[in-house]
Formats: sequence, structure tokens, C-alpha cells
Amino acid sequence: MKQEISYRIFKSSAVHVLMVLLAIGCVVPLLAIIFFIVKSGISHIDLDFMLHTERPPMVAGGGIIHALLGSFIVVGIAAILAIPIGVLAGVYLSEYRHTKLASATRLAVDVLQGIPSIVIGVIAYMWLVKSSGTRPAILGHSGYSGSIALAFMMLPIIIRSTEETLLMLPDSLREAGLALGLPMYKVILTIILPCGFNGIITGIILAVARVAGETAPLLFTAFGNSHLALNPKEPMETLPHIIYKYANSPIPNWQGTAWGAALVLLVWVFFLNIITKLLTARWKVQL
Amino acid sequence: MQLTKVNRSIRVDGAFKRLLLFVSLGLIVLLLCFLWSLIALSFPAIQRFGLSFLWSMDWDPVREQFGALPFLVGTLSTSFLALLISLPFAFAVAVFLGVYYPHGTASTLLRYTIELIAAVPSVIYGFWGLAVLLPMVRSMQTSLHISPAGYGIFSASLVLAIMIIPYAASLGASMMLMVPAHLKEAAYALGATKWEMIQYVVIPYTRSGLFAGVLLSLGRALGETMAVTMLIGNTALLPKSIFDTGTTMASVIANELGEANKTVYTAALIELGLVLFVVTIVINILGKKIIKMAS
Repeated sequence: MKQEISYRIFKSSAVHVLMVLLAIGCVVPLLAIIFFIVKSGISHIDLDFMLHTERPPMVAGGGIIHALLGSFIVVGIAAILAIPIGVLAGVYLSEYRHTKLASATRLAVDVLQGIPSIVIGVIAYMWLVKSSGTRPAILGHSGYSGSIALAFMMLPIIIRSTEETLLMLPDSLREAGLALGLPMYKVILTIILPCGFNGIITGIILAVARVAGETAPLLFTAFGNSHLALNPKEPMETLPHIIYKYANSPIPNWQGTAWGAALVLLVWVFFLNIITKLLTARWKVQL
Repeated sequence: MQLTKVNRSIRVDGAFKRLLLFVSLGLIVLLLCFLWSLIALSFPAIQRFGLSFLWSMDWDPVREQFGALPFLVGTLSTSFLALLISLPFAFAVAVFLGVYYPHGTASTLLRYTIELIAAVPSVIYGFWGLAVLLPMVRSMQTSLHISPAGYGIFSASLVLAIMIIPYAASLGASMMLMVPAHLKEAAYALGATKWEMIQYVVIPYTRSGLFAGVLLSLGRALGETMAVTMLIGNTALLPKSIFDTGTTMASVIANELGEANKTVYTAALIELGLVLFVVTIVINILGKKIIKMAS
């Protein structure tokens, strides 16, 4: 009897130890990745790296300025496209939450969020980049095509966070506005949106963080460019794409550039994530 | 005067509501357009190969013969192998955060870790896998007397397993946190040890939520592109073992769509995208439904 009890207690503690070990095991790959990227990348980052574009294969050095600016422009335009649509849809989902259209839209947003990024890339490529038959290409390989593909991926995140934030606002707020004779649009624009501002901003930053590292939708859209391109009508290089391109190349100085670029991208994405984390903690918003 | 002002405000109000409606409707239309254009653009391939597209092994752009079996096998084997590797870890994290240490520094740190694992871009996982994991897999293969290719389904699954831990883990943890305290206390009062309580209270109570987490992880794994493409070797042959090279649907699209110059070739690649789209949608909707029912 006593033996059986001590066996059960032993089993329980053994499982406890095993679970803790396995959970700690998850930390190892993350630390390994951070350690390795920092170790290999830090030696390549200097002023030359930040201010120059690609060098020919056998010339030492080379930088990522074209990819860095390209990423900012492509993600920036994607945000400009996705924010108004995302916020408006989020407002609809929270303010008219019981309509049939709202539940259908909610389903659509769920589906949109689950679409693999490569499929988004395929659709953007077929719609915008490729010419079919007599129809000329709408945008071709360009920063704009990449931005539109990324905007599709940002939408569900922005919509969801806007909706969740606005749903948490008490109804008395809306009723107070309406009781004063404000039309619904003024209630939304002057009361609801300002009150939910913090949560919406946090959601937008999170959306940017999610797409900043995406490569697959950009493969056939923004395409990549060895030179500095500031006009989004041209093909553009982006940070994740330059890592992919250089990582597979046998050329040593390009490999080095890829490590540097990986470090810059990792720092940038972690920075955005930590900002989101701090804002959610500080503003007590929930995502 | 007053009345016109009120009238105008009513009109603006109507216009604003229509704008909101239009945007929401637009999202649904957008999604239907996605589906429609995937079907329409892959139609040449559907028409020509029919269902045999899914079980033919021949992928030859020159002779315009397209069969997706090697890619289906590649996608399924990498995803399920990754799932198998990641599940014990994801479960451990869920139990750690949901039962053993719901509060405190350790749990906050682990929570951050899990979020950062989800935040690391896929291409960085791929690059790290190329530089760090491949040499390790190679030396393991040498000691097992297999040809040390490094690239292959096994390496891709390893990296994929790390990448999908967060999805099942965080959902599982939040489900376990929702188990009512009185159920747990009842188990303790009956003399259950901690593990017995987890076994007989927490797991049965959260079963459907845990299953949904597994589904969402699987959905992520099926569609993951960059890391897998960089590690799997990209050969359009049926893999014979987990150490063989292979390729997945997403990888083939990533590698070949830009160069596909014939209509049927492009259509075949888009049909792969269509398959991926439909499968991930079904998995995601199913997962979300289960979550909604569980919570």
C-alpha cells in the first residue's frame, strides 16, 4: 500500500521533471539561432555594409542598403494599403457585430489568416505581375506588387485586433454619444476609435512585425534587385529576399552579407515584437 | 437651418455605414476572387490531367507531363514528421504554462520565448538550418552509414518542428488555464497526485482544444515554404526514406513558378497552390470551430 503511494508520487514528480526539461528544451533552439546569427552576423556589420549595395562576386564587402530601404518601402506601402481597410472592417465587425454579414466576414478573415503565404504570392503574381494573352501586366515585378501581397497578409491581423479592442469598450460609451444626439458615424470617429486607438496601433505594429520577415509572397512580386531602387514601380530588393538569395549562393562574400542581413532582420523583427509586448502591457490592451 | 444640418448628418451617417458595409463585403468578395482565380487559372491542368494529377509521379515540364504525387508525399511526410517531433515539446510547454507554473518569472520567460519562436522569420530558420543543422545531420548520417546528403525530409522536418511549436503550445496553455479550479481541487481531494490530476482532469477537459492546437500547427506546417525549400533538397522524385531528398508543394511553387513559361506548366503549379489553399482552409476552419466549441 505504502509502496504504491510512493510509486505514484515518484511517477508524478518524474513526469514533472520531464515536462520542465522538455519545456526548457524549446528555449534551446531559439537561443541557438540568436547566438549563431549574432556571432556570424556582427562581424559583417559596419558602415560600409549599411551604406552600399551588392558588390560583384569576387570583390570583398558589399552591403544591404538597397534591401533595407526596399523593405521599408514595400512594408510601408503595404501598411498604408492595409490600415484603412483593416480598421474599417474591424469597426464594422465590432459595431454591427450581430449582422449576418459580420459573421460571414469573420469567417472570411479567419480563412484569409490561414492562407499559406506562398499562395498569396501566387495570386499576387498572377493578378499583378504576369501578363496573360493580350492583357499587359498590371504592375509587373515591382515594389507595388510586393506591397499588395503583403497587405493581404496584414489585413486579418489588423482587422482582428481592431475588432477585439473595440469589443472591449463598454456599450455605455456608445450610448452616451448617441443620447447626446450624435450620429453613429460621429460616435465611431470621435469616441470609439480614439478610445480604441492604443489597441489598434498595437495590432498594426504586430502586423508589420509579422510581414517584415515574409519572403514567399515577395519571390515573384518584388522579385529582388541588385541595385538601389527607390521607385516602387521597379523590382525591389528586400531583407528577407536578400537572405534567401545569398544563403543559397556559393560566393563567400555574399554569404557574409546574408549573415549580416539576417542579424539586421532578426533585430528589427524582435524589436517590433518587444514594442508590441510593452505596449500591450502598458496600455492593458488584449490581442 | 437646423433641419438641413440634421438632414446632412443623417445622410453622412448613411454613407458611412455603407462604406463600412462595402469594406466588409469587399473582404468576402476578395476571398471568393482568390478561390475563383486559383480554380480558373489552374483549369488547363485540371482539364488535361483530371484527378490523375494527384497520384501521377511524372513531373516533366519538357514533355508537359505533370503529376503531383512526389510533392504531396513530400508535404505530408515533412508536416507529419514535424508534428510528431514538436508535439511532446508543445505539450510540455502547455502543461508548464497552464498547470505547473501559471504565474511567475519562469512562465513569463517561457511565454516570451514561445512568442519569439513564432516571430523569427522563416528564411532565418532556413539559413540557420543550412549553416548549423545540415552539418550535424550529415555527421549523424555518416555514423549511421547513410550517404551524408544533409539535405532532405529529415532536416526540413527538424526545422519545421521548431517553427510550429508555438501554435499548439500557446493554444494548449490557454485552454489548460481555463480548467475550473474546483475540478482540479476535487481531484486533489480524492488523493490524486499532480500528474494523475493532469491525466484525469486537465487532459480530458481540454481534449478538443489540444486537438485544435494540433490542427493549427499542421495547417502552418503544410503551407510553410522558405525554410523547407532551403533544406529539403528539391528533387521531384518520390522519397523512399526520411533521409531522402524530396520537395513539397510550396517549394515547387517557389522554385518554378517564376520560370514557368507554358500555360499548362503554370496551370499545374497553380493547381498545387489550389490544393494547398483548400486543405489549409479546411484545417483552419475546423480548428477554429473546435476552439469556439471548447471555449
